[in-house]
Amino acid sequence: MQNTVEIRWHGRGGQGAKTACLLLADAAFSSGKYVQGFPEYGPERMGAPITAYNRISDERCTVHSNIYDPDYVVVVDESLIETVDVTQGLNPAGAIIVNTAKSPAEVREELGDYPGRVCTIDARRISEEILGKNFPNTPMLAAAVKVSGVVDPDQFVANMEASFKHKFATKPQVIAGNMTVLTKSMQEVQVG
Amino acid sequence: MIHANEINEQSKWYELTPGCEIYEPGTAVLTKTGEWRTTTPHWDPSKCKQCLLCAPYCPDSAIPVKAGKRTDFDFDHCKGCGICYKVCPFQAISFGKEGE
Amino acid sequence: MSIRERLSGNEAVAYAMKQINPDVMGAFPITPSTEIPQYFAQYVANGEVDTEFVTVESEHSSMSTCIGAAAAGARAITATSSCGLALMWELLYVASSYRLPITLALVTRALTGPININNDHSDAMGARDAGWIQLFAENNQEAYDNYIQAMPISENPDVRLPIMVCQDGFITSHAVENIELEEDALVKQFVGEYHPENYLLKHENPLAVGPYGISPYYMEAKKAQAEAMKRAKQVILDVGKRFGDQTGRYYGFFEAYRMEDAETAVVLIGSSAGTARATVDHLRAQGRRVGMVKVRVFRPFPFDEIAQALSGCKAVAILDKAESFSAAGGPLFAETRSAMYDLDNRPKAVNFVYGLGGRDFRIEDCTEIFDALDEIVATGETGEVYRHIGQRE
Repeated sequence: MQNTVEIRWHGRGGQGAKTACLLLADAAFSSGKYVQGFPEYGPERMGAPITAYNRISDERCTVHSNIYDPDYVVVVDESLIETVDVTQGLNPAGAIIVNTAKSPAEVREELGDYPGRVCTIDARRISEEILGKNFPNTPMLAAAVKVSGVVDPDQFVANMEASFKHKFATKPQVIAGNMTVLTKSMQEVQVG
Repeated sequence: MIHANEINEQSKWYELTPGCEIYEPGTAVLTKTGEWRTTTPHWDPSKCKQCLLCAPYCPDSAIPVKAGKRTDFDFDHCKGCGICYKVCPFQAISFGKEGE
Repeated sequence: MSIRERLSGNEAVAYAMKQINPDVMGAFPITPSTEIPQYFAQYVANGEVDTEFVTVESEHSSMSTCIGAAAAGARAITATSSCGLALMWELLYVASSYRLPITLALVTRALTGPININNDHSDAMGARDAGWIQLFAENNQEAYDNYIQAMPISENPDVRLPIMVCQDGFITSHAVENIELEEDALVKQFVGEYHPENYLLKHENPLAVGPYGISPYYMEAKKAQAEAMKRAKQVILDVGKRFGDQTGRYYGFFEAYRMEDAETAVVLIGSSAGTARATVDHLRAQGRRVGMVKVRVFRPFPFDEIAQALSGCKAVAILDKAESFSAAGGPLFAETRSAMYDLDNRPKAVNFVYGLGGRDFRIEDCTEIFDALDEIVATGETGEVYRHIGQRE
C-alpha cells in the first residue's frame, strides 16, 4: 500500500507487545492519522511468541490481512531473534529496532543479511533505572516513533503526556517517570 | 387485536397473531375437550352432601360451583379422568362408559 | 457532529450498547466476543446504564434470558461467538418463531473442530435458516452503525424478528481502527424507545407466549414468519436511508464497489471486503475492469438486487468464509448463483471457500481469484465450480 507505513511487532505473551502496538496506534491517531493496531492471535500463553501489527496512513486503509512486508520491525524480546525470522519481508529501506544491550553492529551479525538500518535500545536498563522495574513497552514505543518518524516526535511527546495523565489519573506520581523514559529512549536509540 | 375465539383451523396465515400470541386469559375454555372422554362420571344429587371436595380436585374445572353448591358436570370440558369419583367420600359419583 | 475516535470492533459495539441503554443483557463470555459483556459490565458498574445485567451459566441460558425478557416487554441483548451460538441453537428458533426482537452481537468464529478460536463465518452461516435477520460488517465502523440500526429494524411492527449483528472475530473485533461515533442524543433519538403493543407484563390484557401449534396452525405460523422476513427488506432500506440522512453514512443490502462497467467481480462478506476493495483499486489502476459486491444483509437475502448488480459481468467469483459440505459450494455461493438464475445473460459463476479458521486472506489471494475469472472469460469455460483458496496443496 502506498503512503501506508506498516510495522510488525515481535514479543512474548505477557510482555506487552500488543499494548505497545495499540499505544502506537493511539499516538498516531492523536496526531491525525488513520490507524490500524491488531494482534495476531494464536495460543494465548504467557511467554509464547506473539506478533502484532500497525498500519498508519493519511487515508483509511481497508486491507484486513496481516502484514508480510513491513517497513519496520520492532523486537521487544531479543531472544526471539534465535527462533523467529524477524526480518522476513522487511523493507530494505526500513529498519529493525531491537530491545538489547548490544550494539547495532553486534545485532546485525545475528540478523544475517538484512541490508537496512539496525537500531538498538536498551529498554530494560532505561526502564529499570528510571521506573525501578522492567516495563519495555514505553521505551520500545518511543524508539519506534523516533526511528520510523510516523509521528512527529514533539507532537508524540505532548500526546503521550496527555495520554499518561489520563491513564495514570489515580497515580500521578508515575507520570513524570514515564515521560522521562520516553524522552530518554528517543535520545538513546542507536541507529547502525 | 385478533381474539382467540376468532382463530380456528380455517384461519388463513394472515389471520393468526404474530408468534401465535394469545391476548386474553382463560382461552382454554374455547377448546371442547369433552370429546376426548371415553369414561364418564355420573353425579347422584340424592347422595351428595355438597362437601365440595370434588370441585377443586377436578383438573379441568369441569364441576361448576354456583352459590356455594356444585351443579352437574360441564361435559364440554370433562375428560373423564375419574378423579372426582375417587375422592367423593359419599359414593355420590359413579364412573363408567357413557350410558351405563 | 460525529466524534472522531479509535476503537476496536468489540469496544465499538459495547459503546453502542451503552448509548442505547437496553433493559436486559444476558451475559456469558466466549472468545472473541467476551470483551463485549466485559466492557458493558463496566458501564453497568459505573451506573452509566441501568440495564439488568444477567450473568448466566451458558449461552443456552443467555438466549433464554433474552427470550423471557423480550416476551415480558423488555429490550433484550446478548453477545456470543462460535460454539456459544451453537449452544443457543434451540433458542434461536424459539426467539424468531415467537417474533421477539432480540439483538445479538455475533463476533464470528470457526466451529470445532479442530478446535480453533479464529475467524470464519461457520457460526453465522450455520444459523442462517433460524429466522433471524443477519447484518454483517466490514470494519468497526460498520459494526457500530449496524448495531444502532438493528433495533429500529427488528422492533418494527411489520417485522418483529430477532437480529444478529455480525463482525469478524479478531480481525474486526480486536483491531483498533479509526471510527466516527455519534452523539448519545442522536443515537437515543434514532433508536427510540421500545413500546411493544403486547407483552407479558402488560396487566390490562394478559398474554400467552409460545403456545403449542398443531399441524392445522404450524404451516400458517411459518408462512407468517416468512412474510415478516420479506417485509424486513423495505424496513432495512428505510432505516439505512434514515441513518444516512443523519450521519452521512448510508447503508443498503450490499455495497457495489466499482461495479459500473465491471467485467469480473467478487462477491463476499465481512472484513475481507476491505482487502478486496484494495485489490480492486490496484487492478483498476492497471486498467482491469473489476468490481466487488460486499454483502451486508444475508437474511433476508437480496436476490433480485444482487442479480441486478452482477448482471453486467461476464464472470463472478462468490467467496464463502464457511464450508457447508454440500460438496458443491458454500452458502453465499448457493444464494448468489440462485439469484442470477433468472438473468437473461447470466455471468459464469465460481465459488471460492477461503479464510477458514483464521487463514489470512491477502491482496495476492484476491488477485489470484480475479486472474481465475479472467481465465474463465478468456476460455469461456467455467471449469471447477467449487474451489478452495489459501490451503497448502
